[in-house]
Amino acid sequence: MSKVSLTVNGQACDLELDNRTTLLDALREHLHLTGTKKGCDQGQCGACTVIAGGHRINSCLTLAVMHQGDSITTIEGLGTPEKLHPMQAAFVKCDGFQCGYCTPGQICSAVAMLDEVKAGIPSHVTADLTSHPQLTTDEIRERMSGNICRCAAYSNIIEAISEVGRGEI
Amino acid sequence: MKFETPATENPIDQLKVIGKATDRVEGPFKTMGRARYAYEWHDVAKNPAYGYVVGSAIAKGRIRSIDLSLAKVSHGVLAIVTAENAGKLGKGEFNTALLLGGPEIQHYHQAVALVVAETFEQARAAAGQIRIEYEKAPGAFDLAAAKDSAPMADKITGGVAASKVGDFEGAFAAAPVQLDATYTTPDQSHAMMEPHSSLAKWEGDKLTVWTSNQMIDWGRGDLAKTLNIPKENVRLISPYIGGGFGGKLFVRADAVLASLGARAAQRPVKVALQRALMPNNTTHRPATIQRIRLGTTREGKITAIGHDSWSGDLPEGKPDGAVHQTRLLYAGENRMTATRLAVLDLPEANAMRAPGEATGMMALEIAMDELAEKLGIDPVELRILNDTQVVPDDASPPSKDDPQDRKGDTAANQAGKGKRFSQRQFIECLRLGAERFGWNKRSAKPAANRDGMWLIGQGVAAAYRGNQTTKSAARVRLDSRGGVIVETDMTDIGTGSYTVIAQTAAEMLGVPLNRVLVRLGDSSFPVSSGSGGQWGANCSTSGVYAACLKLREMVAQKLGVSATDAVFSDGRVRVGDRDVPLGEVAGSAGLVAEDAIEFGKLAKEYQQSTFGAHFVEVGVHVATGETRVRRMLAVCAAGRILNPKAARSQVIGAMTMGVGAALMEELAVDKRLGFFVNHDMATYEVPVHADIPHQDVIFLDETDPISSPMKAKGVAELGICGVAAAVANAIYNATGVRVRDYPITLDKLLDGLPDVA
Repeated sequence: MSKVSLTVNGQACDLELDNRTTLLDALREHLHLTGTKKGCDQGQCGACTVIAGGHRINSCLTLAVMHQGDSITTIEGLGTPEKLHPMQAAFVKCDGFQCGYCTPGQICSAVAMLDEVKAGIPSHVTADLTSHPQLTTDEIRERMSGNICRCAAYSNIIEAISEVGRGEI
Repeated sequence: MKFETPATENPIDQLKVIGKATDRVEGPFKTMGRARYAYEWHDVAKNPAYGYVVGSAIAKGRIRSIDLSLAKVSHGVLAIVTAENAGKLGKGEFNTALLLGGPEIQHYHQAVALVVAETFEQARAAAGQIRIEYEKAPGAFDLAAAKDSAPMADKITGGVAASKVGDFEGAFAAAPVQLDATYTTPDQSHAMMEPHSSLAKWEGDKLTVWTSNQMIDWGRGDLAKTLNIPKENVRLISPYIGGGFGGKLFVRADAVLASLGARAAQRPVKVALQRALMPNNTTHRPATIQRIRLGTTREGKITAIGHDSWSGDLPEGKPDGAVHQTRLLYAGENRMTATRLAVLDLPEANAMRAPGEATGMMALEIAMDELAEKLGIDPVELRILNDTQVVPDDASPPSKDDPQDRKGDTAANQAGKGKRFSQRQFIECLRLGAERFGWNKRSAKPAANRDGMWLIGQGVAAAYRGNQTTKSAARVRLDSRGGVIVETDMTDIGTGSYTVIAQTAAEMLGVPLNRVLVRLGDSSFPVSSGSGGQWGANCSTSGVYAACLKLREMVAQKLGVSATDAVFSDGRVRVGDRDVPLGEVAGSAGLVAEDAIEFGKLAKEYQQSTFGAHFVEVGVHVATGETRVRRMLAVCAAGRILNPKAARSQVIGAMTMGVGAALMEELAVDKRLGFFVNHDMATYEVPVHADIPHQDVIFLDETDPISSPMKAKGVAELGICGVAAAVANAIYNATGVRVRDYPITLDKLLDGLPDVA
């Protein structure tokens, strides 16, 4: 067992955890923040995506004890029922989900992905590595491909992210 | 209410709420992460124990011994469930293999033990300490090898296994133009995002299971049957389901093992099937081999149409119904279909999105494309030429074994020669799709278009899927403030049930959508159709319609007027010069109405089906053979569309699964050891964002009064039927390489591609 202190959605959390506990299970089973989903528990589906220290990660692929002192944002930290985060509102408007199980991961991933583009980080489909990447649909599709949606709301998710990226929502 | 005559004008036709592209009512919950799925009920079981499933390491044989000694003393372990200590278990009516195996093993990764511990980590560690010795038995794992000895099946879902009209053999032999080709489709996995999960809690002899299940009443019955306890003692709760696609139609090992584990540990226990167990532990869509023979006149009129299909399953299992649509889609005087079922010792084959038509259309619609080329006729025109407005096949008695028949109240869809379709706008779908897609710009000659390194091609396929109707009940409450609560055990697997049910109640009672609260997925609510076979939206909203009609009558009665004179609008009821708020009529006690829709002879008198057309453009890389889908269009004729936004999402999701079927999805069979090798989400490839372009969907403006008072039909499975063939046909058009063996991976194209230079 180890003591771990995390800041989750702005709140300090002190936990005593089995060293084998993933960040995902620390969130879901210990902090009861079940918005972050366990789809595969082996880094293949993206449903567990959270934002750690500003970067999106698969929370199933990292142990909680590796995040001592880290600041974690989960889906519960993005918006409130009174005021959805623009990405959440865009997903509702564009019907960017069906069963909803991949949705928190898609949204966390999308929010962090827009920051990556803003920061000028290129992707596999960025044609010119010396210029700032543009938020094209090809760029979004490439960068979001770690988040599987088996209901396949892909076409709508791209519209939702594009609207947020253009500042329309 | 009984639905026995075609619907006439009713309150749904107002279309004030129904037919609108409303956002999903549960959308904010899902996007905020507040919708609760089966493994997430921390408040109802404050201190649950965790179960971890151990799957069999052999495909067939026996467990010689299980050594639990190390696992039992492993830290935190509370109980270990095996067949040896679980007590006598029954088998669910809908299950083929047992959900807890041992000592006999029926398939690979069949559950053989559940370790229950204080924490997930402890349960997982202890599971690794179990030592099992197996005695392997030889098994049959190769469909192609078993094909020639496979006997005729008894039946397929939706009818008999074989049919004959006229003299197929004679007409085919005499036909001046013939096509005789064999196609194969692989085993496929549902791969829904949420694993099969359950939390079980006993209170005395009463069991409550929070689970992830499409069909609550089937699940309740089968869980009781498996545990040998009365059905009344079981309650299932499943308000949110992280995808199903047929994989959660039935009770699976998670529910049974959580229940047994909770009994053994005397604690609530939760179990999520580990992802790597899912493809082999649960059900899958079986592989098929399909032979299609088409004979035509020189002008392209089909005179002989034959479809043979082979698939495999465990003993006492069932075949894929790939021949089903061939009895209904195209005209032709001489016909045959036949379904053979091999016994295989692979995991249990069962329903996956549009079982039957999904695989059948993958074959039939390539065959039509090949035939069109032989005839020199445009493939859109060939399909139009062979349209039929009546069912061309012989009557098939309904199969008593169909899931939708087991309730005993369903008029199964059955072919019957000469029977009319309730609606059939197949030609309209093809014509409109061709126009919108720009089909006339397609080159009939393959490999004629190039865009840099990409060979460009377009393909078309028909879409066909039956419309099934089944009894569905609901309870509607009206409170003193004019709020409405709808309760039914219907499920929302991403289909939009919450939303279309809310829209139905709002329309029927004349209240704003935000005054309707819909509660689903609880076996204490009236029994609904459940979600499967694209029957859910039409049937469950019809059940809500019936309950709302009854509530309208109760309101009218309270006012001492006739229900037909009362106008329900804006949260008020008006009769003559009386104008009363609904809440006032309900009074402090409120009003509660419960009713069910029961479908009668219309389902037998008419063939009810949904139709469509898929158009696809692909690029195939001339050097690597990689296929990229560039454009997709589906045109659907599926009755009244209750919510165009949710319906469109269903169709694009299905189109995407069809792209998966065309290009990548395949459970690879290890034919020596008898299991699916690629049993996780990295190696069983499904489409990701980068694989799917913007998708277009057009719904024809259609109502079908034969189908239900909603005049709606299913659409969620229509969307997958034919897509894979449209992709395959587009690849042929792009490259000139005809692949009849799905999925169409680049290795199957490389040899036939033109020189790169």
